[in-house]
Amino acid sequence: MPLLAEVTGSTAAIGYGLAAIGPGIGVGLIFASYVQATARQPESSRLTQPFVWIGFAVVEALALLGVAFGFIWAG
Amino acid sequence: MSTSLAAEVPWPPSVEDFFLPPIAEGTDPWFTKITVLVWVAVAILIIFFLVTYREPKLVPTKRQWIAESIYGFVRNTVARDLIGHHGIRFAPYLTTLFCFVLLMNLFSIVPLIQISPNSHIAFPAILALISYVLFNYLGIKQHGFRKYMKNSLVPPAPWFILPILIPIEFMSTFLFRPFTLAVRLFANMFAGHMILLVFTLGGFVMLNSTPLLAPVSVLSWLMTIALTFLEAMVIVLQAYVFTVLTASYVQGALAEEH
Repeated sequence: MPLLAEVTGSTAAIGYGLAAIGPGIGVGLIFASYVQATARQPESSRLTQPFVWIGFAVVEALALLGVAFGFIWAG
Repeated sequence: MSTSLAAEVPWPPSVEDFFLPPIAEGTDPWFTKITVLVWVAVAILIIFFLVTYREPKLVPTKRQWIAESIYGFVRNTVARDLIGHHGIRFAPYLTTLFCFVLLMNLFSIVPLIQISPNSHIAFPAILALISYVLFNYLGIKQHGFRKYMKNSLVPPAPWFILPILIPIEFMSTFLFRPFTLAVRLFANMFAGHMILLVFTLGGFVMLNSTPLLAPVSVLSWLMTIALTFLEAMVIVLQAYVFTVLTASYVQGALAEEH
């Protein structure tokens, strides 16, 4: 089979870019929901805030695993 | 001048940049800037809280007010709001954890220091291990081993879905929790330091490349300053998240049912 195209350089960077799509959408959804919840029920903002950060941290972990594994499996 | 700089700029930044040489020739290889920074962080915390709370006044002095604000913040928004009223007994540990992580992270943007010990996995790993042992110990002490396992592993669900749910719950509670706790803090500090390195060193590389690219290096250094502010936000956020997650794991271990 003839070689049509070749990727050189760090493919880990491309992989990480792909891996960041999901967490990006997820973090966006979390903050969107928080803004919406606060707009509907302003008194609940302090109540829901810790859960925003917990949810943010849990979703963001996926993107950060990408950073860590990118370096672990780069070589 | 610029040609001699070009030879010195280590480009691209790599993992090697995190392993600093020993402070002085002939000392042990582990005695690096990282080790000194951990000692400094511990010393600052101990001295700060001892000095500010040596003679507590009813009308607090300025320093006492700062210490009380930090403690009050963690006690009220993390310990009490998340764990409940019996969670106030964890406030001293949570405050220490918050201050320690915050201070260690803060080293990554302090000029001339600019590396955080937390960008080495060892330090977040130990902190995560302490949290892991803490919430498991509390859960077992509160409920006994069998009931704690049942509480944390068997969710209220139809029996036929349990063979799938129990392994998932086991992995998320006992394997992924300490792992993500450590890796989250580590990766944030690692990535933050790496980004600052890319833009600082990238400026030097561009300055030395072609006359056309040299002016762009100013833009690169401006980006470094902007990203330092972003990093400042990440630092506080990660210290808060580490504390909040520890508190929420403790709350989950102490809770009666799901």
